[in-house]
Amino acid sequence: MRHSGIKATLRSYASNKYLILMFLPGFLMFLLFQYVPMYGILIAFKDFKILEGIMGSPWVGFKHFQYLFAGEGFTDALRNTVIIALLKYAFVFPAPIVLAILLNEVRLSWFRRSIQTITYLPHFFSWVILGGILFTFLGRDGGFNRILGYFGFQPISWLIEPSYFYGIIVATDIWQSVGWGSIVYFAALAGIDPTLYEAAIADGASRWRRIWHITLPAITPVITIMLLLSIGNFLSVGFDQIYNLMTATTSKVGDILDTYVLRRLLTMNYELGAAAGVFSSTFGLLLVILANRLVKLYDKDQGIW
Amino acid sequence: MHHRTRSEKIFDGINIMALLILAFLTLYPFLYTLTMSLSTPVDAKLPGLHLFPMRPTLESYEKVFAQSGIAQAFLNTALRTVGGVALVLLFTSLSAYPLSRKSFPHRSLIMKLYVFSMLFSGGLIPMYLLIRNLGLLNSMWALLLPGAVSAFNLIIMRNFFQAIPEEIMDSSKIDGAGELRAFTSIVLPLSLPVLAVVALWSGVSHWNAWFDAMIYIHDMDKQVLQLFVRRTVIEESDALATQAELLHATTYSKETLKAATVMIATLPILCVYPFIQRFFVKGIMLGSVKG
Repeated sequence: MRHSGIKATLRSYASNKYLILMFLPGFLMFLLFQYVPMYGILIAFKDFKILEGIMGSPWVGFKHFQYLFAGEGFTDALRNTVIIALLKYAFVFPAPIVLAILLNEVRLSWFRRSIQTITYLPHFFSWVILGGILFTFLGRDGGFNRILGYFGFQPISWLIEPSYFYGIIVATDIWQSVGWGSIVYFAALAGIDPTLYEAAIADGASRWRRIWHITLPAITPVITIMLLLSIGNFLSVGFDQIYNLMTATTSKVGDILDTYVLRRLLTMNYELGAAAGVFSSTFGLLLVILANRLVKLYDKDQGIW
Repeated sequence: MHHRTRSEKIFDGINIMALLILAFLTLYPFLYTLTMSLSTPVDAKLPGLHLFPMRPTLESYEKVFAQSGIAQAFLNTALRTVGGVALVLLFTSLSAYPLSRKSFPHRSLIMKLYVFSMLFSGGLIPMYLLIRNLGLLNSMWALLLPGAVSAFNLIIMRNFFQAIPEEIMDSSKIDGAGELRAFTSIVLPLSLPVLAVVALWSGVSHWNAWFDAMIYIHDMDKQVLQLFVRRTVIEESDALATQAELLHATTYSKETLKAATVMIATLPILCVYPFIQRFFVKGIMLGSVKG
């Protein structure tokens, strides 16, 4: 292709002209809504004057970034975000793997399918709806306190207490995502050769040993891929969830990067908000690249590209 | 089938118990809200788990529907869902098909642009400024257009189109059918599974969307259902709960109304859930094809 040069390219345009006409409307819209905002990132490095536009506004270098790290709100939000991210990797990420393994051990297929259908359900609702349900459920008179009441616990207004906030974020995230997340792992488990299990049983391997030596190794590649796909969103710890569960009293522990950016938008502090956004998405991109490289170092056939 | 030992039976027993507890914990919050929405305010305060309403009544639903704005919000959401799905299918399939043809120029470069958009984005504020500069603030189009061309939908559609043997298309071209006709009369009918998956996927996400409407739409009469719910349930609960906490009050009274409001936005999804669930599962499998 390269040697035949511009002429060949033009010829290929001509012979594909109808395909190109089909392709362009969607592609131009894609460029408009994905790549033009990337150009808009420049305002993080400028003193943005609305009337002058992005081009006409003067450059200020890293001034806004320096302000971010010198001021209070941003570093607090960053700290909260990292804490929530780490908690979610520790508890929310492994949950669907465990569920898939447990489901794989169930022999009654109707029972397994029923559990799957039930646990997929919360995935289909917005966090506004789930938040509405949780405000009712976790309120002082709510269903959760009613269950705990049977075990002799005093009622608590769960969503008001800052000390319970992270626990609730982790638990409700598992509630929403564990069933849905288990699908990919369960599909990988369904592909395991049953003769492996039969041979292990013949050798007298216990349930746990079979899970440890056959099931887990079989889904390790899927776990790696899921980890890589999620790592780029390390600092996106679930805006929808947190915004809809946050109360006036928990806003200090619940303020994350995304809520910080939203606040800057609402106060028309565009440069600071954009700078925080750039920080977050650049960090995510670097993490993906780094993680992908690390995985490839270990096994060059793996990784997402 | 081998004979199960005692420890195996214990394992199975614990496993089934654990899964049953998980299923109960998953469903109970939904069930509790449903029961509340169907209870009288007096019954709602009674002790017990409220697994079913004692004296079912639609009183709360009537009150919620009597509020101004909810019918309009419901209509707006229905409209954006239908319009959004139509636009996604139109723009995504038209762009995905050429990218599935091997002869298409700059194919791999273009695919890289789509993939990169999944790894990096401009973020909220540049997006908001773009919508404003386009004059789309306070317009339904701000909710419909940006999502019409997502990379993820495009990639799963392209992968599906690509799996259709090119010979089928070539034979149609010899017959004199144009590209567009080959697309509409051969490719699309063969691609109903992927079209169904993308349609349902984007349908549910449009039904559930609220954040874009919160920042782009100011007029109340253009607002979506999810935000109506957010305003009347979450923002209110937050204010009331904080107040109750400060006053050491133990109860507040609007519980059944809030539950009914939540259920009104929940029920449409709940009704279609049994039918669309397997399409969604299928979609995950289509999406996980590495390409």
